[in-house]
Amino acid sequence: MTLLSVRDLTVKFATRNEPVTALHGISFDIAQGERVGVVGESGAGKSITGFALMNLLSKPGFIDSGQILFEGQDVTQMSDRAVRKLRGNRMAMIFQDPMVTLNPVLTIGQQMIETLRAHRRLSYDEARQIALVKLKGVYIPSPEERLDQYPHELSGGMRQRIVIAIALLLDPQLIIADEPTTALDVTIQADIMELLLELCRSNMVGLMLITHDLGVVSQVTERTLVMYAGRIIESGKTRAIINDPQHPYTQGLINALPQQTPPGTRLRQIPGSMPTLSMMPSGCPFNPRCELATDLCRANMPDITQFGEVQVACHEVQRLQADLNTAEAAQ
Amino acid sequence: MFAYLVKRILQAIAVMLAISMIGFAIQGNLGDPLRELLGQSVSEEVRQQLREDLGLNDPFLVQYMRFLGNALQGDLGTSYFFKEPALEVILKKFPATMELVFGATLIIVGLSVPLGVYTAIRPNSIASKVIMALSIVGISIPVFLTAILMIYLFAVELGWMPSFGRGETVHVFGYWDTNFLSADGWAHIIMPSVALSSIMLPLFVRLIRAEMMDVLQSEYVRFARAKGIAPWRIYFIHALKNTMLPVITVGGVQIGTMVAYTILTETVFSWPGMGSMFLEAVNRVDTPLIVAYLIVVGFIFVITNTIVDLIYGLVNPTVKLSRMGA
Repeated sequence: MTLLSVRDLTVKFATRNEPVTALHGISFDIAQGERVGVVGESGAGKSITGFALMNLLSKPGFIDSGQILFEGQDVTQMSDRAVRKLRGNRMAMIFQDPMVTLNPVLTIGQQMIETLRAHRRLSYDEARQIALVKLKGVYIPSPEERLDQYPHELSGGMRQRIVIAIALLLDPQLIIADEPTTALDVTIQADIMELLLELCRSNMVGLMLITHDLGVVSQVTERTLVMYAGRIIESGKTRAIINDPQHPYTQGLINALPQQTPPGTRLRQIPGSMPTLSMMPSGCPFNPRCELATDLCRANMPDITQFGEVQVACHEVQRLQADLNTAEAAQ
Repeated sequence: MFAYLVKRILQAIAVMLAISMIGFAIQGNLGDPLRELLGQSVSEEVRQQLREDLGLNDPFLVQYMRFLGNALQGDLGTSYFFKEPALEVILKKFPATMELVFGATLIIVGLSVPLGVYTAIRPNSIASKVIMALSIVGISIPVFLTAILMIYLFAVELGWMPSFGRGETVHVFGYWDTNFLSADGWAHIIMPSVALSSIMLPLFVRLIRAEMMDVLQSEYVRFARAKGIAPWRIYFIHALKNTMLPVITVGGVQIGTMVAYTILTETVFSWPGMGSMFLEAVNRVDTPLIVAYLIVVGFIFVITNTIVDLIYGLVNPTVKLSRMGA
């Protein structure tokens, strides 16, 4: 069953002149309990997508058009109050840097209990009991003591566990995790990812994992969206995208992984950098960096078409498929 | 906690020593005490004798140590004009000034927090723009001018408020007469308090606004929103406490500074406190009284700052008082 359905979501940023477009009408679905990875370079619009789903875009960003259907209701049409009832309750978010996510002057207990009491009629003691259970669920040692501690008394990994526990407090249907391990030690990253995967699986929670770590995506998610310059340019089963990427950008991302190059040689990075919002090239936004770019790529943005197991927005892939079709027809 | 207290007290003593040194140095260089004591018709011989008796020919350090020894016993010298112990003269004036500072502090704390928070939450509303514009006006006009304008408007033109003095006061204990227990006392203290707060209040509104706007941009406020916390709770529980941390530090220093500002306010309103007394003492070259005033004000400064540091430690969990002592 579809849990989340995003249709033609366009996000813009107000500037002194014309508003600039950060998300160009993206569409995707997340099924109940499905784990979806969102990958791309910095500035691709991954985090903006995540925040837009919760209607938490910070100014001057705003949702210009499109629908965000969550459990059948359109988040973009809801009152502030109704969206607030959703946040932390039906959909929760995990932020990037646990060192700045928790309020430094409130105890862990206060920050957990207030979340519970914002959504459910619970006494202080009842809420405290639930908080304790959730802390145990993320394997926090001596959770009773932690409740009365302040964030600065805990390590980064511990804090991220607590943030995850807060996200799970009200048994949400969807968790949006915005690079949840980027700010952590490498040794702790794997633990946290493992924990998140385990909890999502056992509680049948949908996960939208925003990351630029393709390794994590392949381990944790079932489906992947590849974003570039505010568009989804390739999507499909994670296995298919990792093993057989179609879009030149996705291919470039995977080729750039250190594991893909022999030790001692240069990494195969994608030349150039992502265009800024105000300097978007015409046609396919990837064309200035693409080896295969043709005049068609420079003139028109390609539509998303099915190619094998994945959906791709690329003129060259479409041409290739057309060639194959004609070859088949000729036989 | 104990170690922290001891450390703070040692610091306070060091500061007081420095203040007393400066105060004493002034005493030695400000006018000739003999002229104030004797007048002109006394022979040079008697003058020399008296100079010797008073110890004015001793070396500076000897005189300073004597001054310090006396000061520790509460003797800050004798006022030339009142012919009374200087400390006693000041203590009689002390309650009036403290009540004035207290009144102004009440106004500042009571108004700056709601106004600062409001202008931070609704920066684009018309009310915010008016408040911010007025705050610039408030900061720019000197206290004595505000005071005179207020007297002209509310006392002279409209006749709503008394223009000078403390009015009817109620005796509490010792030298302490209070304004806060009679209607007439309240009427008299309002205008001086407002005038005294006229610079600090806008300063605090702007400080709180700036800090609050910063805090509202923070990740933990965004996370609180993502948790579905109601806006009032985000503003007053999540943001305000973090906003107040730097404000408390600045505030402590400013309350001390306000004691100094009372000189102007008290003079304009003929408020019988330490401030107007100090100005009179300067006019009369009443050196012991001037020095005693400086030391008492320095003492108030040190005390308020120590209290503020303690409060800061209580509000900010990342400051462990026991650790600060180490």
